[in-house]
Amino acid sequence: MGTTATTDLKVTNSGLGSSGPGPGGSDPFGSGRPKDWPPGITRDDRIEPKKYRIGMWAALASILMLFVALTSAYIVRQGTPATRPADWITIELPPVLWLNTALLIVSSLTIELSRRALKRSDYAAVKRWLSLTTLLGIGFLAGQIVAWRQLAAQGIYVSTNPHSSFFYLLTSLHGLHVLGGVLALTYVTVAALRLRIGLRRAVAVDVTAMYWHFMDGLWVYLFLLLFFWK
Amino acid sequence: MAETVPEIHGGVHRHEPPKRWIRRYVFSTDHKVIGIQYWFLALFSVFVGMALSLLMRLQLGWPGEQFGFLKTLFPNAAANGTISPEFYLSLVTMHGTIMVFFVLTTAPQGGFGNYFLPIQIGAADMAFPVLNMLSFWVTFLALAVMILAFFANMIDPDAAIGVLGPIGGWTGYAPLSAIGESAGPGQGTGVVLWVTSIALFCIASLLGALNFITTMLNLRTKGMSLARLPLTCWAWFTTAVLALLSFPVLLAAGILLLLDHLAGTSFFIPANLYIKDNVLTEHAGGSPILWQHLFWYFGHPEVYIAILPGMGLTSHILSTFARKPVFGYRVMIYAIFAIGLLGFFVWGHHMFQSGMDPRTAVAFSLITLSIGVPSAIKTFNWIGTLWGARIRFTTPMLFAVGFVSLFVSGGITGLFLGQTSVDIPLHDTYFVVGHFHLIMGVAAIFGIFAGTYFWFSKMFGKRINETMGKVHFWLTFIGVNAIFIPFHVMGMQGAPRRYSTHGNLEYLGGMAPLTKFISYAAFVTIGAQLIFLVNLIWSMTRGPKETEENPWEATTLEWTVPSPPPHDNFAGHEPVVHRGPYEFSVPNAANDFCKQTDPEPAAGD
Repeated sequence: MGTTATTDLKVTNSGLGSSGPGPGGSDPFGSGRPKDWPPGITRDDRIEPKKYRIGMWAALASILMLFVALTSAYIVRQGTPATRPADWITIELPPVLWLNTALLIVSSLTIELSRRALKRSDYAAVKRWLSLTTLLGIGFLAGQIVAWRQLAAQGIYVSTNPHSSFFYLLTSLHGLHVLGGVLALTYVTVAALRLRIGLRRAVAVDVTAMYWHFMDGLWVYLFLLLFFWK
Repeated sequence: MAETVPEIHGGVHRHEPPKRWIRRYVFSTDHKVIGIQYWFLALFSVFVGMALSLLMRLQLGWPGEQFGFLKTLFPNAAANGTISPEFYLSLVTMHGTIMVFFVLTTAPQGGFGNYFLPIQIGAADMAFPVLNMLSFWVTFLALAVMILAFFANMIDPDAAIGVLGPIGGWTGYAPLSAIGESAGPGQGTGVVLWVTSIALFCIASLLGALNFITTMLNLRTKGMSLARLPLTCWAWFTTAVLALLSFPVLLAAGILLLLDHLAGTSFFIPANLYIKDNVLTEHAGGSPILWQHLFWYFGHPEVYIAILPGMGLTSHILSTFARKPVFGYRVMIYAIFAIGLLGFFVWGHHMFQSGMDPRTAVAFSLITLSIGVPSAIKTFNWIGTLWGARIRFTTPMLFAVGFVSLFVSGGITGLFLGQTSVDIPLHDTYFVVGHFHLIMGVAAIFGIFAGTYFWFSKMFGKRINETMGKVHFWLTFIGVNAIFIPFHVMGMQGAPRRYSTHGNLEYLGGMAPLTKFISYAAFVTIGAQLIFLVNLIWSMTRGPKETEENPWEATTLEWTVPSPPPHDNFAGHEPVVHRGPYEFSVPNAANDFCKQTDPEPAAGD
């Protein structure tokens, strides 16, 4: 195991892990070896932060490929300025998207702050920043729905023109992924508020942060692609 | 609930399997149970797919003939006892889709990979057991939806009678797959269900791939360095990487197709499409070629997803029964990587006839032909492994040698088709069908057979009958060659694929006896599969119990545990690996092989 495992271990040893029953009712690091620990099993077998990180990297790679494929579809469908199909009409940017973008970028900062707070065992800060990130995430999703409603009020729907098709498709696929992130954030936030951040939930914060940064970057990319790529 | 708690942790050692039947055998998180579930799903699917091919051969051999049983079985689709062209097309579509997704992708990776990757690397389970369970059950759901697509005309009151499912082939080319029922019967609800099933399958495969990659990178036991991994593991790993990067692209294509169907978008539908004397005015500007690009960007890596596990397994089995180390172990790994990597840059060779710029076609052609290099390396290394060996011709060994043979005969024709000039006359003929059946279909199936005979006793605790296995091998091996080599001849005569009959093509009149011969060969080969089925059922129920841990005198970790292995594979004990995976005929050793767990010889030995 790399250095990260040791860092995470420190978090737990500083008291939080033992303040409540850990995963499975027996937190091996807060309260010593559980009685039912099979012989020959090491700590690393039991809880492997690295495992979740590798799994998350793989998941992000596949999500990336999904959007790469859709980007290529977008570029092919849009054509170059010279070959642009007559039916391609770029929809007007709903201004609320600027706010949504800002919310998501700030949330990326706040989750980074909570991750760092967790590393130095500052639990008041962890609670504060995690809660704020969750709220910002919910705010982003609400803002996206506002954008959809504004477009619908102008009579722009999925099938109105190819650009609106892509707009609805890309924002809903991204939104669905963000919704997954918000659920994960809610889980770790509730855990943090109830002071139950053991080693495993520290890992959960870590991989959620990876995922959240990715969703932030992905949104900025989609925003640029949809409205600034000519 | 108590027994479910450890599952939250992921790949950890557990002592006891869950007590409740449904958690133990149905919604199990044990990779061995899931592997067997995948294996049975593939077994069911392969017999469905084979039954469809039986019907196709019946139609091709005796076009227009009326069969009473067809009328009974398909009162709508074959009302007068003959297979209509549309029904034939839906058979083609379902045969291809079920075989590619639910057999070739499922059995080698989901089945054997799930069962043996954790054991071969010395882990107690996959990295994410709950995800593993999910990926199986989503695959199961996908199969259910796919079968529903076949009966689309029963649930869709508007569907035309005379067809069962979608008729666009497994590639589902746009725009005919995107415009609904006006493109033909089964292209409405049938395609929607078909593409939904494929999208579900993509999601399941992604969950599985993520799990395989994490498991192999992170859960190897002490001493199991990368250079000591069995080649099967390298093949499963590379396959998982290919799946992880290619299935999302198919998923994207599937979502776009669904939107064209259900939301009225025009991603794949061009303006003013002229269909059956009607002009479709509600769509504009879409690109049918876009579907082909997205589909084949997935479709070509998919070929390697099907065949790579078979390659790994072949190396493994050849070495075991030749009692020799794999010739060029490291080179074999690099060749697997090279094939996997190049596989992402050759999708255009499926589209030479799509109006592609000839310069682009040349680039795709050159990269395609360069895959011949790692493929040849693998073939020569397999032959090198067999060279001068005292071979034990067991049933798994026969199928592994058969794999090499089919890989060569199917691969050679790939060099023909990879060249643009040769591809033009051969495109969409039986030559292509023969080529991909030999290399992707039958070779991969031989890998699955080899794995089944090799690991049967480990998986089920019973010995499989060798005599029936050998009869099965010889009939199948001769049979598939008798079926698919004549396909090439027909293709060179210009016989187009997907036609329900060639009877109305005058220039193919001379091919009628050959077509009949192929049908007879297919019937015999299908009959041979019944021997396999009987052997499976008989051996599982009445077969002698496997008492030995290591009946084949093999070296890897699955042969150090009882058959079948205990719930956590190594009974709470963590194996320590001291040796490479293929130490056969070791000089001065007591046996002619050393297990991976055997301690290293003392210095100076």
